[in-house]
Amino acid sequence: MNLPRGTPREVLAAPHPILSTVAEPVDPTAPEVVAAAADLLATLREEPSTTGLAAPQIGLSLRLIAFDVGLHPRSRSWAGELVVANPRLARASHWDHGREGCASIAGLSADVLRATRITVTGHLPGAGEAVTIEADAFEARCIQHQLDHLDGLLFLDRVPGALSLHRRLHRCDA
Amino acid sequence: MGLSAVTVLGVDRPGVIAAVTGSLAECGANIQDSTMTLLGGHVAMMLLVSGDLDSDELLKRLRAPDLVVTASAIEARRHFCEDGGGLGYVLTVHGPDRPGIISAISAVLAADGGNITGMSTRLTGRLYVLIADVELPKEVDVAALMRRLAAVGASLDSEITFRPVEPDLL
Repeated sequence: MNLPRGTPREVLAAPHPILSTVAEPVDPTAPEVVAAAADLLATLREEPSTTGLAAPQIGLSLRLIAFDVGLHPRSRSWAGELVVANPRLARASHWDHGREGCASIAGLSADVLRATRITVTGHLPGAGEAVTIEADAFEARCIQHQLDHLDGLLFLDRVPGALSLHRRLHRCDA
Repeated sequence: MGLSAVTVLGVDRPGVIAAVTGSLAECGANIQDSTMTLLGGHVAMMLLVSGDLDSDELLKRLRAPDLVVTASAIEARRHFCEDGGGLGYVLTVHGPDRPGIISAISAVLAADGGNITGMSTRLTGRLYVLIADVELPKEVDVAALMRRLAAVGASLDSEITFRPVEPDLL
């Protein structure tokens, strides 16, 4: 990504009001948005156990997500290391349950139903060019998890039942 | 053929479940429903078992050293919503930990005849999470119930979602 060097920020832990707030749309060409995108990417790079982050997780109520699933063993599609502004889920199909955790929720994971094939549209911070991402498998799950953060939702809000909540014994996935 | 409710509590270690269920098998007890989880590093298990031994005799014969075991005779009962008249929902609550969350939420559900059929709560750091399976009588005004739940959630600084269960019948 063609972004300036950002500064890693602290990842907020739930409960936190920003994590339950709907994030604001952004102008992807605005300098402050580009700086926020750079900080989000820098934070993601500092969190080796995490494959994605959304701006609210670093205290910014902005519609920005960052992800890179290249090293995850269950990933199939790989869009590369990306930050997307104003991402929107355009298409979703082939739903399946999978266990996921969150960098903002230490110690818990849950089985969550997500689409395994998605199309996401948005804009790249900086030049603001439109981007369309076709993702599947783990990358699709990761992106949907980040999209939920922009709507003030945690994976806990999608747990299908009382027995689907687990102590997390493995690394954070989403 | 007696029916007994057996509870088992003890420090978690490999082999606890094998020891308890092995001893039950030696007693001729047939495990019907059971559930087991870890609570703060302790095994917590509940089993519904049937067999020729009554609960007192079963408790005498069970070999489960280092474990707290109880056994009580119970009667099989038909489930609350077994006639298909109930509506299934999943309740999620998450927010800062404080005393009284479960009682406040469950009181709202109980006031409308809601039945909690499964529940799991976890505390991780400051975050308290409650997930419950809920069955509601079909005559309940769900929209009004959701408003009351939202009000209780706000008073607890917690987020609440209340979603219908969507079973996939294949």
